[in-house]
Amino acid sequence: MDKVTHQGADVAHAQGEQHAHPTWSTYWKVAVILTAITAVEVWVYYTPFQHSRLFNPSLIVMSAIKFAIVVGFYMHLKYDHKLFRALFVGPLIVAACTCLALLAVFGHLRH
Amino acid sequence: MSASTSHHYTTTGLDSRKIGIWTFIGSECMLFITLISTYLIYKGRSLVGPFPHEVWKDPSTGHVFHSILNIPVTSFSTFVLLMSSLAMVLALAAVENRSVPKRTLGDKILGSSKLWIFVTALLGTVFLSCQAYEFTSFVHEGLTIHTNLFGSSFFTLTGFHGAHVTVGVLWLLSLLVIDFKRGLNESDVLHVDIMALYWHFVDVVWIAIFTLVYLIK
Repeated sequence: MDKVTHQGADVAHAQGEQHAHPTWSTYWKVAVILTAITAVEVWVYYTPFQHSRLFNPSLIVMSAIKFAIVVGFYMHLKYDHKLFRALFVGPLIVAACTCLALLAVFGHLRH
Repeated sequence: MSASTSHHYTTTGLDSRKIGIWTFIGSECMLFITLISTYLIYKGRSLVGPFPHEVWKDPSTGHVFHSILNIPVTSFSTFVLLMSSLAMVLALAAVENRSVPKRTLGDKILGSSKLWIFVTALLGTVFLSCQAYEFTSFVHEGLTIHTNLFGSSFFTLTGFHGAHVTVGVLWLLSLLVIDFKRGLNESDVLHVDIMALYWHFVDVVWIAIFTLVYLIK
């Protein structure tokens, strides 16, 4: 019995898990939310809202929400070890800052 | 202790292979944001069409080029890729819960790693087919990688992503072959987890590309 427990701990430890992964029902709910957000994104593309100044920011916000949901739930980063979070979020921040700097240098952020 | 969990610990107590895949994903973030940045910088700076969202009339021939992006097809392929991520997490959950008894038909379906790995690979192939259709139609409409800045940056960005999806599909098929040959069990959870992380990363990159390239004008 001890051996089984130890092996289980080894497997969990090897994967760097801090908590249990989400359940099947959570995965299905996440899929429904992702589909709904994508549907809204495509819908606003065909509405007069596309001429609004809020069109681009709203699309970026919806995309960021989808990104965070997939990374948090499907990639289990919400439940995983903080080192994995650092390995992903660190380069992402550096890359995003580089992107903003390049857009600023080439005059895309001026209005 | 199984082969997959032995001799891979680091001083952090974490498995080196999982640290490796997260480091790889971090570096891939930088690669794709560089490609996306290039696309955004060149956006609207093409001297000749076809353009992504605008109609363009060629002054030398008088030929009218309509906006080239096909949003309905790309929306469908985006949905397909999102559903492939769902299939991938279900495949991982099936391998993790291999030893749990399955009493009902629903339990058996949810617990079949072969089914969900196959569905993931199939959806990945459907996504690639949509991309092949899109690329072919663009070439027929006069947009190649040499036509203008939009063509160069668009084909490079989406082509790199498509190459990653192709690698993912081949990886999934190799897992499927292993599953049919000897069956994936608890000792293979880490292998499937690493595959799943790669697949979800390809999905989140597409989430960004779909918004920044296809929807934002």
